[in-house]
Amino acid sequence: MTLTDQHRPAPSPRSGAFLEVRDLRVHFPTDDGLVKSVDGLSFGVDRGKTLGIVGESGSGKSVTSMSIMGLHKPGTANISGEILLDGKDLLSCSREEVRRMRGKRMAMIFQDPLSAMHPYYTVGNQIIEAYKIHNDVSTKQARAHAIEMLDRVGIPEPHRRVDAYPHQYSGGMRQRAMIAMALSCDPDLLIADEPTTALDVTVQAQILDLIRDLQKEFNSAVIIITHDLGVVAELADDILVMYAGRAVEYGTAEHIFNEPEHPYTWGLLGSMPRFDRDRSERLVPIKGTPPSLINVPPGCPFHPRCRFEKNTDGLSQRERPELIDNGQGHLVACHMPQSQRQQIWRDEIQPLL
Amino acid sequence: MVAYIIRRLIAAAALLVLVSIITFSIFYLVPRWAGATPETLATRYVGRTATAQTVHVTAERLGFYDPFYVQYGNWAKTVVLGGKFDMGAEKVDCPAPCLGYSFITRQAVWPDLLDRAPVTFSLAIGAAVIWVVLGVGIGVLSALRRGSFFDRASMTLALAGVSMPIFWTGLIGLTFFAYKWKIFVPGGTYTPFLTNPFEWAHDLLLPWITLALLFSAQYARLTRAGMLETMNEDYVRTARAKGLRERNVVVKHGLRGALTPILTIFGLDFGLLIGGAVLTERVFSLNGLGKYAIDGITNNDLPKVLGVTLLAALFVIVANLIVDLLYAVVDPRVRTK
Repeated sequence: MTLTDQHRPAPSPRSGAFLEVRDLRVHFPTDDGLVKSVDGLSFGVDRGKTLGIVGESGSGKSVTSMSIMGLHKPGTANISGEILLDGKDLLSCSREEVRRMRGKRMAMIFQDPLSAMHPYYTVGNQIIEAYKIHNDVSTKQARAHAIEMLDRVGIPEPHRRVDAYPHQYSGGMRQRAMIAMALSCDPDLLIADEPTTALDVTVQAQILDLIRDLQKEFNSAVIIITHDLGVVAELADDILVMYAGRAVEYGTAEHIFNEPEHPYTWGLLGSMPRFDRDRSERLVPIKGTPPSLINVPPGCPFHPRCRFEKNTDGLSQRERPELIDNGQGHLVACHMPQSQRQQIWRDEIQPLL
Repeated sequence: MVAYIIRRLIAAAALLVLVSIITFSIFYLVPRWAGATPETLATRYVGRTATAQTVHVTAERLGFYDPFYVQYGNWAKTVVLGGKFDMGAEKVDCPAPCLGYSFITRQAVWPDLLDRAPVTFSLAIGAAVIWVVLGVGIGVLSALRRGSFFDRASMTLALAGVSMPIFWTGLIGLTFFAYKWKIFVPGGTYTPFLTNPFEWAHDLLLPWITLALLFSAQYARLTRAGMLETMNEDYVRTARAKGLRERNVVVKHGLRGALTPILTIFGLDFGLLIGGAVLTERVFSLNGLGKYAIDGITNNDLPKVLGVTLLAALFVIVANLIVDLLYAVVDPRVRTK
């Protein structure tokens, strides 16, 4: 990557949103080289809206969420760009300022609720702790609030369950308790990092419903991070598709599902089971593996795995495609001309899904 | 939970019986395998000038002609019920728990042990407080500043601490702190805690530090390893995501999770130590259980050695039992299983 490329501002599509991330770069210096986990990412979410961030493992989804929460260990990551929460840049705040905002203004739900809750403390204890950090209340009041929160997320007998330990909960209940903990301080921004990956399929739907209902109630901005397009199909207003630390496609959920233009998004859609269509022969996996973030392929990072790479006359091997608005607020980073992408989608991809 | 405790108590009792059989076997069977006869065994108790007749009578009186299980049975019976020892001229009463009777010092073992236990207890408790505070503290700081100068320096020191034997650190400590700078007494004195707590601490401070140095090194390394693991756990990330202060994240979430293996090893160490800190007591001439054991060994006084060994085994078993029960307090997942 050249210097000019480094400093070229990435497009920032939704200016003035409640959470606005501008040209975020998170690089980790390691013994093997510089890991560019996130490399020029911009997006925005409004209150009451949901953004889905989709991508394979190692595409930089979780690193992005950890950067927003300020959870990277000091000194391990080089973070640049801007993360504006309600106009305030989190990256220029002190650690103490960010800590005070954590849990209160922005909260997070993690992937595996069993390991994400402390095994030695009761569920109630952990919610009380979260509530008391940001609210000057007595333990008794906090406990009442914890019971209320457990009730709100649909835990039966919250008076009794508040004193149970995480291992005494079922997987779905644990995730509900995690959500209760995250929402206990009424955060403005909720980040759910793979909230349903560790759960049964039947429980997944319940948890997603719960997140949707609570979002309406709390009117918070929600970011759902997942590798499963099915999850965001239910919930997201906007979808950001990440590949190798960058956005390759970003648009409304309708655009991404109905007229996706990036070959990687096509691959994700092809590898997702769908119940609203006739069953095709088999799911089509995306060939190859995600690239190393130390040696990102030159040009378009997806080109070694792209079926349509030959359509660009080698351009995709030389030059990284910019994320460009196709005129409808739908951003795509692909060298193929828009008309060609739309034609491939209509003629070759859509009929097979 | 009650059933669990009862089960553990029964297991502990069974273990104690097993240990007593093994210990008894070592002291009463091994000499025979090495070629000793009842007569040569009895010789120890009557002196070299005794006639063959006296030796034979003594051997008979001490039960050396009986088969092993009878000897063990008689011994176990005196432990539980007490017994009388026939000294020829006089009969000595040894009330339960009679852990044996030294024919050399002509004293029952149990009262001797009771006399000396407070010294060893005092030594162990003081040292344990120092090594837990020091070891866990250094371990936590090292883990949090992994790779820093403090971390590398303290872990190097810890390695040195583990490697240095008590008799060396003890003697060096004595040379400088007791004889050269006269900060501490050179050992050999013990003031009971209840008589004068300050004197008690002052007398024992040098042995405490010597003993704690060895253990805190191990605990520092153990704590560091545990903390490095727990601080990477998901629940620590959750605690940070709540906005908890880093200090509370470390203590309430990180250290709490790392405590279980430390508790385990502490139970073993402490149990072993109150059964006699052999080297420390020897170096500092403290009249504790460890020194009693050494005296028994050097004088070939088997009842003493057997008594201390059994008492030490009892301490280790009890300490482990307490640790097992504490697990349920520390880790709620143990409670419900």
